[in-house]
Amino acid sequence: MSVMVDIKSVHKSFGSTEVLKGIDLQVRTGQVTVLLGPSGSGKSTLLRTVNHLEKVDRGAISVDGTLIGYRRSGDRLHELPEREVLKQRTQIGFVFQNFNLFPHLTALENVVEAPVSVRGLPRAEAEAAGRRLLQRVGLADKADAYPAQLSGGQQQRVAIARALALEPKLLLFDEPTSALDPELVGEVLDVIKDLARQGTTMIVVTHEIGFAREVADTVVFMDAGRIVEQGPPDAVLDRPRHERTRAFLSKVV
Amino acid sequence: MSSSDITLVKATAPDTPEPSDVPRIVPQRRYGQWTAAAVVLVLLGLALTSVVRNQAFQWGVVADYFTSDSVLRGLWLTLWLTAVVMALGFALGTLLAVFRLSANPVLRAVSWGYVWLFRSIPILVQLLLWFNIGALYPRVLGVQTVDLFGPVTVAIIGLTLHEAAYAAEVVRGGILSVDRGQIEAAQALGLSRWRRWRRIVLPQAMRSIVPPAGNMLIGTLKGTSIVSVIAVQDLLYSTQLIYHQTYQVIPLLMVATLWYTVVTSVLSVGQHYVERHYARGSESHR
Repeated sequence: MSVMVDIKSVHKSFGSTEVLKGIDLQVRTGQVTVLLGPSGSGKSTLLRTVNHLEKVDRGAISVDGTLIGYRRSGDRLHELPEREVLKQRTQIGFVFQNFNLFPHLTALENVVEAPVSVRGLPRAEAEAAGRRLLQRVGLADKADAYPAQLSGGQQQRVAIARALALEPKLLLFDEPTSALDPELVGEVLDVIKDLARQGTTMIVVTHEIGFAREVADTVVFMDAGRIVEQGPPDAVLDRPRHERTRAFLSKVV
Repeated sequence: MSSSDITLVKATAPDTPEPSDVPRIVPQRRYGQWTAAAVVLVLLGLALTSVVRNQAFQWGVVADYFTSDSVLRGLWLTLWLTAVVMALGFALGTLLAVFRLSANPVLRAVSWGYVWLFRSIPILVQLLLWFNIGALYPRVLGVQTVDLFGPVTVAIIGLTLHEAAYAAEVVRGGILSVDRGQIEAAQALGLSRWRRWRRIVLPQAMRSIVPPAGNMLIGTLKGTSIVSVIAVQDLLYSTQLIYHQTYQVIPLLMVATLWYTVVTSVLSVGQHYVERHYARGSESHR
């Protein structure tokens, strides 16, 4: 199985605080990796470096063999112009904790924005595809609704449809259910599980241990900017080898 | 009608019939409201009769000049000068706002310096300086400066530069009001810088830009009357030209006042519709 995401020795500081202290991680194609850890452990920052929403200070990340955000020449990494980074991002879907739907556009307009403006797809064609995506997340009847008219769970499902619209090779989820009322968490997780079953490669930052157990191929536990341990869910969640992991799990479960 | 009305009806309506001994709810009596209304009506009536009965207003003269050619020509100049100054001022102001928020420190400094300078100079002083620019630079590009800078040109340049400094701050405020997550979402989708600005940031920023911009438009409409000092024949100056000959000062000032009021009213109605357009998708607009 080929490697989709290759993270090598990534360091990142905000001011004088080092939030990533040398991360090495590989994600194989078609697999689901769940990042767990206390807040401030650096998991969201790590996720955001994968599509270059955060720049790294040291180290390198490649997706499907392509270096993200930089061009290598000799022993140097030159930062790419924004145009190139934007092109790379179209291969990587990102779902935000707060959905970040465009509030002045309808659900369908949110979904077709990127295919029309980035891929140059004719609007009619993009809308047909957009409606299919909304149907896939169970919102065929909400195409013309504005985000403010949708529940949190529905908004997040539209956001997932929007992330899928460019047919990315990789999906990144940053705490996709943390901003939702408890009774709405299930509908969003169901959509993500469905994508996992269809072999979508994804990295999910979450606090939903049950979801990790059910869907993850690999669970990665992070603390204080480092990966503490990683492995199959039953190993990490049921027989953690590190005291720090045990302490965390005993508090969340 | 609010949705809470509906829920109330629903909550009480079905199978439990109202017992007849449940006391009826009587809203609080608003005596203050009625007293205030009466006082305001009386004061308004007094003011109106005094305005109508005071012969010094000379309403007949007002009516004679209200649609006279020279007043209408002045009104037309005021209208197009306002439109041109607003359009140019906001175009330049938007550019300055984008500079100010750019990652480029040179552009940021240029924008900051511009706003600082043109907010510091009173518009009256600026108009007089441009009007007398020939004293500083008698010839530009081989032409006599005075020929190049006629009164109307000076009015457009001076008012636009002044307007742009304020417009820059209005537009910057609007851009800053857009949630950072919106830009990140657009970046994550690979939307180009121009597309992000045009499709995502600007439409949302407009909600915060329109009310102060409407304020500025109305301010500019009346503010253009300052060009009378450099003898541009706007609405105010045309009425002044008349009363300098006829000495009917008050009625001609009334002509100008009434026209400014009419145009401002029309603009206020327009602003309401523009605001409604940019409120689409928001909670208050369903």
